[in-house]
Amino acid sequence: MMPIDQLVIAPIVIPAIVAPLTLLAMRRRRRVGMALSLAGCGAMLVAALALFGIAQDDAIRAYPLGGWPAPFGIVLVLDRLSAMMLVVAAVLALVVMLHAVVTTVDRKGWHFHPMFHFQLLGLNGAFLTGDLFNLFVFFEVLLIASYGLMLHGQGAARLKAGVTYVIVNIVGSALFLIALGLLYGLTGTLNMADLARRISLLGAEDQGLIRLAGLLLLTVFALKAAVVPLHLWLPRTYAATTPVIAALFAIMTKVGVYAMIRTVPLLFGDSAGAAAWVPAPWLLPAAAVTAIVGFAGVPAARAMREQAAFAILGSTGTVLLAVSCWTQETTAAALFYLVHATYAGAALFLVADATSRRRGQYGDAIVPSPRFAGQQALGLLFLAATIAATGLPPLSGFVAKLFILQTTFPTKAWVAIWATVLCTTLVGVVGFARCGSALFWKAPAGDADPIASVERSGIEFAAPSALIALLVLLMLGAGWATTQTQAAAAQIYAPQRYILAVLGGEPS
Amino acid sequence: MSLEFLIASAIAVLTAGGIYLSLRGRTFQVVLGLTLLSYAVNLFLFAIGRLVVDRPPLFAKGVTDHADPLPQALVLTAIVITFGMTALVVILSLRSYLESGSDQVDGRTDIPRDETPL
Repeated sequence: MMPIDQLVIAPIVIPAIVAPLTLLAMRRRRRVGMALSLAGCGAMLVAALALFGIAQDDAIRAYPLGGWPAPFGIVLVLDRLSAMMLVVAAVLALVVMLHAVVTTVDRKGWHFHPMFHFQLLGLNGAFLTGDLFNLFVFFEVLLIASYGLMLHGQGAARLKAGVTYVIVNIVGSALFLIALGLLYGLTGTLNMADLARRISLLGAEDQGLIRLAGLLLLTVFALKAAVVPLHLWLPRTYAATTPVIAALFAIMTKVGVYAMIRTVPLLFGDSAGAAAWVPAPWLLPAAAVTAIVGFAGVPAARAMREQAAFAILGSTGTVLLAVSCWTQETTAAALFYLVHATYAGAALFLVADATSRRRGQYGDAIVPSPRFAGQQALGLLFLAATIAATGLPPLSGFVAKLFILQTTFPTKAWVAIWATVLCTTLVGVVGFARCGSALFWKAPAGDADPIASVERSGIEFAAPSALIALLVLLMLGAGWATTQTQAAAAQIYAPQRYILAVLGGEPS
Repeated sequence: MSLEFLIASAIAVLTAGGIYLSLRGRTFQVVLGLTLLSYAVNLFLFAIGRLVVDRPPLFAKGVTDHADPLPQALVLTAIVITFGMTALVVILSLRSYLESGSDQVDGRTDIPRDETPL
C-alpha cells in the first residue's frame, strides 16, 4: 500500500493524537495546548483537502483497517461525498476553534480542547466508515464528546437541557442497536457494501423485517438530524449551550442527513425488494413540516441563539426536502445546500455570541437596548448571516435554493416542495428582519446611556466574517461547487461501484 | 417452553419496563428505564446470532458448526458504551438536581416558580 493511500485514515488519527496531547498540555502550559489544538485543526484541514484532491479522480477507495479484507474487517471508504464532508467539517472546526480561542471560551473549563478534537474524531469517522456498526461507534464517540462540549461552562439551564439531550440520544442509540441487530440477524453482515448485496438476495419471508430494519435505521438518523417530530431536543439544546459550541453543532444535524444519503441509495435502493426506498413516503412530509416548524420558530424566538437554533432546524428540513425525492439531481442540490446551510447556521451563532458579549445584561434577548459598542459592524454581520440563512441573493443560499427548486421541478411533489421552500423563506425573512430591527435600530423609550462594556477587540468579528467570506466564495464558485456535488451524487446513485470498490472484483 | 420464547419474552418485559420508566418525569426513574432498555437491547443483540446450544464459540477440532462470535463482540461494545453512558447520565442528573433543586426531567419544580427563559 502506498503512503498516499494511508492518508485516508489521517482525519481519524490526527484528532485521536491531538486530543490527549492537548489534555496534557492544557494543565500547565495553556499556550502550548492552544497552539497544539489549532495546529491539529489545521493539519486536519490539510489532510481533508488532500483527500478531496485524491477523490477528484472519481475512484472509490476502500481502506481495510489492519489489512483485514472486507467484509470481515472494518473498512474506511473514501469517495467524493465523504471527502466533501471532511472538508466541510474541517473548515468549520478551524473557524470555530479560532473563535473559541479569541473569545477565551475555551478557558471556562478544563477539557474544551480534548473534547473538541474527540468530537472531530467522531465526525470524521462517521464520514469515512464503510461499516454500519462502526458508524454506530463513531456516532457514540461524537455524541459523548458533544455531551461534554454541550455542558461546557455549565450553569443550571445548560444542565437541564443537557439531561434531555443525553437521554434522547441514549434512546436513539438503543434504537440504532436494534436496527443493526435486525440487519445482522437477516443478512449476517454489517459491512455496508456486503449488506447492499445481501439485502437484494433476501427471501420473501424476510421482506417485512428488512422494511422494519430500514425504517428503524432511518428513524435514528432522523433523530440525529432533528426531523419533526423528533426535533424537540434541538432548539433547547442549541439555545442553552455556549454559542461557539452550537456553531460547531451546526454540522451535527447534517451528519444525520449524511447518514441518510449514504445508506438509503446503497442499502435500500432499487434492488432492495420490499425495502426499496422505504423511507421515501415518510421523509417528504416530515421534511416539509421540519422546514415549516424551523422557520416559524424564527419570528417566534425570544433570543438570538434560539432563533439560530430554529434556523438550523429549518435548513435541515429544506435539505431533506431535496433529499427525499431520491434522485441524483435533487441529491446534488441537497448537498450544495447542506454545505451552505452548515456555514450559515454557524455564522448566525457566532454573530449571536459576539453581540451578546457587547450588550451587557441584555445578552442575546431580542429586545431593544441602548447603544452598544460595535453595533454597526455587528448589524452588518447579522444582515449578512441572515441573508445567508434565508437564502437571499447575493450569498450562496440563493443559488442553493434555486438549485433545489430547479431539480425538484420534474418530480411529482414539486408543488409541495416549492410552496414550502418559498413560504418558509418569506417567514424567515420577516422573522430575521424583526429581530434585526429590534437589536440594531430601535432604541428603548427615553434617553438611555450607551451600555458600558469592557473594551473588546474587533478580532472577535474575525470568525463570523470568515464564515461570511466563505459563503461569498461559495457563491462565486457556485459553478465549480455544483459540478462537485453533482459528481458526488452520481457516485451515490451508482451503488454497484461502491460495492465493487469495497468487496473487490466479483460482479454480482 | 422453548429457549426462543424465554429469551423473546425476557426482552419484551425488559423493553416494556424500560419504555414505561423512560417516559416518567423524574430523572431517577428515567435512568432506571434507560438501563432496562439497554439490557433489552443487549439481550436482543446477543440473540441475533441465533440461539444455539453446545457449540464452540470460535474453533474446536472436528466440529463444523460454530456459534456466531460476532454478536458477542457487538454486544461487548454495546455494553461498554451503555455503561459509560449510564454513568454519565447519573452524574448529570445528580448535578442537575443539585443546581436546579428539581429532579424533573424537564427541569421544572413541583411548585411553579418564576421561570427563566430558555
